[in-house]
Amino acid sequence: MGETIQSVERAAAILRLLASGPRQLGVAELAKALGLPKGTLHGILRTLVRVGFVEQDQATGKYRLGATLLHLGSSYLDVNELRTRSINWADALAGRSRESAWIGTLHEGHVLVIHHVFRPDDSMQTLQVGTYLPTHASALGKVLLAYDPYGEAPAAPLRAYTKATLTDPKALEAELDQVRTRGWAAETEELTEGEVAIAAPIKDARGIVVGAIGIRGAVERLASDGALHMEYVSYVRDAARAITRALAR
Amino acid sequence: MPRPHYVAAIDQGTTSSRCIVFDDAGNIISVAQREHRQIFPRPGWVEHDAGEIWQAVRALLGEAVSGAGIEDAQIAALGITNQRETTVLWDRETGRPVCNAIVWQDTRTDALTRALAEHESLFKERAGLPLATYFSGPKIRWLLDEIPGLRERAERGEVLFGTMDSWLLWNLTGRHITDVTNASRTMLMNIHTLGWDDELLAAMGVPRAMLPEIRPSAEVYGRTAGGVPVASALGDQQAALFGQTCFAPGETKSTYGSGSFLLMNTGHEPVVSKHGLLTTVGYQIGSGPATYALEGAIAVTGSLVQWLRDNLGLISSAAEIETLAKTVDDNGGCYFVPAFSGLFAPHWRSDARGVIAGLTGFVNKGHLARAVLEATAWQTREVVDAMNADSGLDLTTLRADGGMTADNLLMQTLADVLAVPVIRPMVAETTALGAAYAAGLATGYWPDVESLRANWHKAAEWRPAIDEAVREREYRNWKKAVARTLGWVDQEEESRA
Repeated sequence: MGETIQSVERAAAILRLLASGPRQLGVAELAKALGLPKGTLHGILRTLVRVGFVEQDQATGKYRLGATLLHLGSSYLDVNELRTRSINWADALAGRSRESAWIGTLHEGHVLVIHHVFRPDDSMQTLQVGTYLPTHASALGKVLLAYDPYGEAPAAPLRAYTKATLTDPKALEAELDQVRTRGWAAETEELTEGEVAIAAPIKDARGIVVGAIGIRGAVERLASDGALHMEYVSYVRDAARAITRALAR
Repeated sequence: MPRPHYVAAIDQGTTSSRCIVFDDAGNIISVAQREHRQIFPRPGWVEHDAGEIWQAVRALLGEAVSGAGIEDAQIAALGITNQRETTVLWDRETGRPVCNAIVWQDTRTDALTRALAEHESLFKERAGLPLATYFSGPKIRWLLDEIPGLRERAERGEVLFGTMDSWLLWNLTGRHITDVTNASRTMLMNIHTLGWDDELLAAMGVPRAMLPEIRPSAEVYGRTAGGVPVASALGDQQAALFGQTCFAPGETKSTYGSGSFLLMNTGHEPVVSKHGLLTTVGYQIGSGPATYALEGAIAVTGSLVQWLRDNLGLISSAAEIETLAKTVDDNGGCYFVPAFSGLFAPHWRSDARGVIAGLTGFVNKGHLARAVLEATAWQTREVVDAMNADSGLDLTTLRADGGMTADNLLMQTLADVLAVPVIRPMVAETTALGAAYAAGLATGYWPDVESLRANWHKAAEWRPAIDEAVREREYRNWKKAVARTLGWVDQEEESRA
């Protein structure tokens, strides 16, 4: 831990004070409460106004919290909201592909399954909502890693789930490059022997990837001679685009 | 290769209208949606502008078809499903509504329905319905009483009545008709003969000249301007029953929207409930016999979540209730009975009002969110108990649909309190799907109901996961909370309001 930056601490103190009540505060009041010279406060307040965290009342010259700050904590997309907005398209994806459909988001370095539609063959299946998948060994995870705005790589060592799992960080990085180029990810028996998965990104109104949707099924249905049937990729990408459009509204 | 054909359905709902295009496997191809205004002239009054709704519906069909990247000629049939009981009166000559539509939630007819109490057994026996502000008949009567000159014009057949299906069919095909399921919600149709009943009309004071012709739920009624056959009409809950392919007696569905509605197929004979359920027509396909249903209507379920969002501001979207509820492990001892406009099935108590019971200093907003979700589950349990008692059958699984099925915590809670598995079908939009199915059957797009059954698939299943002792304790607490809602409104006070 290094030393702290005094002006950031002072900015935080100003924000905390402005957030403490409904009253707008003038420079003199802030100076008194914080025990700081007005000149120091002016510089910090000017900066906070410029980034939109604080607003100055035109009439009184007093300060209050800015709208930008108020929206900062609520701009992420709630996972239950994402499920609600996706549910029709996830159903249609499972219906068309005749495979199970999945939606995942990143959660503390794993893929959190936030929605799961059964394979439509009325066989015994168990709802997997709330379970986790490894990022490097799942199609959903590869999409989420490839488009992660923080760009964090999964912690080494990468665990091998099958002999096809990508365990070399360089190989995974090359794969993620390909995901970004193609706009979708595949996972061929990398998590479970005999199973294949395909996934594509779901973006919010700002174009940020907020989740991934995909299907999972038996290798003999989704691929032949090691190559995926491309119509399944189309189904997945269509569903991802339909949800992305729905989120833009 | 011939171009593929699809079936479209218009779902004219309480807050919005939608048009959905389906393929032959029942998959959604495209959705178009438009909201309309909710008009609240006074407390307890809820109105819609039927003209605005028709304009929205007319635009939607084009939007949904072009959204699917196809043309009108590729739509094999158009079905209609609608908010039920909402009452539209329009001028036969101009085709314009003569007043705002009175919405099913509107309670202005409360004093009027009490004044009809002498006919209660007649309505129960002939129409299958209890006296309540909910149904169309009292709404028509109120308008005829209140608007000068309207009764005379109605008697001469210059002013026409219709529920939303009828209003849309009039505009789409030029015919003044309604379907038998919608007619079964007016209190004016005899559920045994499926025709308007003179004694019911006399008791309600509604002239026959203003009523539409009653037709089956599925037949070709006419064609749209674009040449698409208009081939089904069903009330929204009956459409959901059909969309869930509940074609056999005993099969039951529950739809979770603003309110919630359980319907059980009872076959070709109407079953009169001894436990506060409604007898209603489920569907009638072409010239076949009518299939009846028992219905348990719950007034406030999803709208309680909206109340938490709009009136308390505890969440910013309905889906966030699950996030908030999951911040705690249980309800913290708190129970919420949302009897906002009285209690519907199985209680039918208009003197009840909402309570939040069991509050202590420990209870926080997470517990309140749990109590809100549990309110939907316990209200469902009460209706299921009534249905089991009336039908002599025990529900073995609950087929749930509607917007709230996206809430996994609610679905798990339902399984826990009902002690049976809860199943969500592949298409949560069963209302629109049911209208599409009926229209597709009428035009031969689908050959028979068995081909529709083959389209039904389980999308998710929640299994009970709590102890019987916990379930019984919670149910006892819920019942104590319900008891505290009763008798809140004094009749005198209510008449003044």
